[in-house]
Amino acid sequence: MKWSARALVIAVPMLWLLLFFLLPFLVVGKISVSEAAIARPPYLPIYEIEDGALILRIAYANFTFLFEDPLYLAAYLNSLKIAAYSTLFSLIVAYPMAYYIARCEARKRNILLMLVILPFWTSFLLRVYAWIGILKTNGILNNMLLGVGIIDEPLVMMQTDFAVYVGVVYTYLPFMVLPLYTNLVKLDQSLLEASADLGANPIVTFLKVTLPLSIPGIVAGSMLVFIPVVGEFVIPALLGGPDQLMIGKVLWTEFFSNRDWPVASAVAIVMLMVVVMPIMWLRNHTERMEAAA
Amino acid sequence: MDKAKEALRQKQSQAPIIQLKGVTKRFGAVTAVDHIDLDIYPGELFCLLGGSGSGKSTLLRMLSGFETPSEGQIIIDGVDMAGVEPYERPVNMMFQSYALFPHMTVFDNVAYGLRRMKFSKAEVHAQVAELLHMVQLDDYAKRKPHQLSGGQRQRVALARALARRPKLLLLDEPLGALDKKLREETQFELVKIQEQSGVTFVVVTHDQEEAMTLADRIGVMDRGRIVQIGEPRDIYEYPGSRFVADFIGSVNLFDCSIGEEGEDFTILDSEDLKGSIRVGHGISGAPGSDVSYAIRPEKIALNRDSENADNEFSGIIEDVAYMGNWSLYRVRLDCGCILKVSQANLKRQDQTNLTWDDRVFASWSDTAGVVLPS
Repeated sequence: MKWSARALVIAVPMLWLLLFFLLPFLVVGKISVSEAAIARPPYLPIYEIEDGALILRIAYANFTFLFEDPLYLAAYLNSLKIAAYSTLFSLIVAYPMAYYIARCEARKRNILLMLVILPFWTSFLLRVYAWIGILKTNGILNNMLLGVGIIDEPLVMMQTDFAVYVGVVYTYLPFMVLPLYTNLVKLDQSLLEASADLGANPIVTFLKVTLPLSIPGIVAGSMLVFIPVVGEFVIPALLGGPDQLMIGKVLWTEFFSNRDWPVASAVAIVMLMVVVMPIMWLRNHTERMEAAA
Repeated sequence: MDKAKEALRQKQSQAPIIQLKGVTKRFGAVTAVDHIDLDIYPGELFCLLGGSGSGKSTLLRMLSGFETPSEGQIIIDGVDMAGVEPYERPVNMMFQSYALFPHMTVFDNVAYGLRRMKFSKAEVHAQVAELLHMVQLDDYAKRKPHQLSGGQRQRVALARALARRPKLLLLDEPLGALDKKLREETQFELVKIQEQSGVTFVVVTHDQEEAMTLADRIGVMDRGRIVQIGEPRDIYEYPGSRFVADFIGSVNLFDCSIGEEGEDFTILDSEDLKGSIRVGHGISGAPGSDVSYAIRPEKIALNRDSENADNEFSGIIEDVAYMGNWSLYRVRLDCGCILKVSQANLKRQDQTNLTWDDRVFASWSDTAGVVLPS
């Protein structure tokens, strides 16, 4: 009885993962080793039974192709670069926010947390379009700067890296703020007092006590930002320039413009690997940190 | 005892290391600390004793610089501490929770304060080794705090707080987190370390036993004020008020009025006791004025037969609590009130063998009790 209840509790998420993660993943895996064809669906089956014999047709070419054309490598590297910088910028913006909220009195804290989450209540697309309105050449920001007289001619901000970073950091900020807040709010105040008592000024206290103890929060927040940004498609498509090469965009092009499902699947599988490896490393790192704390 | 008193007198002949002048702290409408004047002398082990909300911790936090007084002056070693940040004060604190840095080893915890000073690596190393030796944790330098027992953490906290050789060490309930057995051992160790280091200790505690064993002098706090300062024995034997008598140790308190007065005695008439108490000295106060009489349980003798002593009241034993080395009796006196009496169990086979419902005579000498303002 007890065992079956337990099994049931575990079975639901397991089934969910099986149906909506593992199965699609296997399907994508299968397609990635198929040969492309002008057909529907646009690839050949990976096995056939001919004259009672099973013939497997595994095509590694899709993967080797990714390494032959420098476009893919460039796209992966660029995605990783943008994800890494975005994570860094998010961290720089989110840390003071989370720190401040964690230090507020409980009632004010809840209001501020609410404000952090509030943007989620509007459509994500709408918010990215709003940034176009702000950043474009005759947009709100340029008009304001021109009006105040800080600049003489409008700045070109749209379709630049800057716009992409603004959009990404803006969108993913809550994912950085919340884990950091959760970590910082638990920070024992008496540790900070002990540090001050032992002769450390506030800056040293921050560097020696607060920062090291908040590493689990930093890691968690960074993962939540880094991973989705690697595969981000919408923000660079809307705010970035045409030369902005990101793997999400490449994937989209392969699937929908080129209709080359096998290569697109291979791109997706490699992207998964690229993302999983840093996660594994970070998880490993946090576990070690937590074991030590 | 006399040696201890002499040592204390010697300490007090120096200029005080801490001077509090009219120190007051208000939190909104609440006055946590109320006009405290206090001098503490170099090398002293001073205990601030009080219940929760008595203001003792707030006073400690003002000394360490985590709170600023609303009024008054704190002078440490001749320097006014107004506007001096915690990290600039010649004061260190041992926190009640110990507040050890969880991400650092024992060594790094103890070295933390030293590294904020201008010491070479080798000097830091040597000093930390010395401190760890003092608290008998030589082999634990590489451990993290969570790998230590409560007693070991307490000693790391002490070593860390002493590392900067402060003029003044503040200890917030230093033994509060330890179990009883360990607490007794640690009390003596703490006193030894205090004597060796020569640092002035100010200890905050709510535990009167802890205060008694540790302190050279005790300041009893109640509602933001220091109600009595004195050596442990004086505080216990000569409490200055009902509050102190009741707070420190166990006591029987009776409301009385001053009756007949002789040259070397006074008779107190007690309504509670429906009788009179003879006190072996004169009392300042007009006949008829109200006073309180306090008598400690251990100063009272119990006998099966009347000895016609001065202060003798008969009653029936209502309850006995056997504590091992002593027993506590609750005697219902004929007047109806309860008298707490404690007797040392000196012999394994107690001949008197007093027990429930026995009729007894409780008596005490005319110098055993204390007359207090009511």
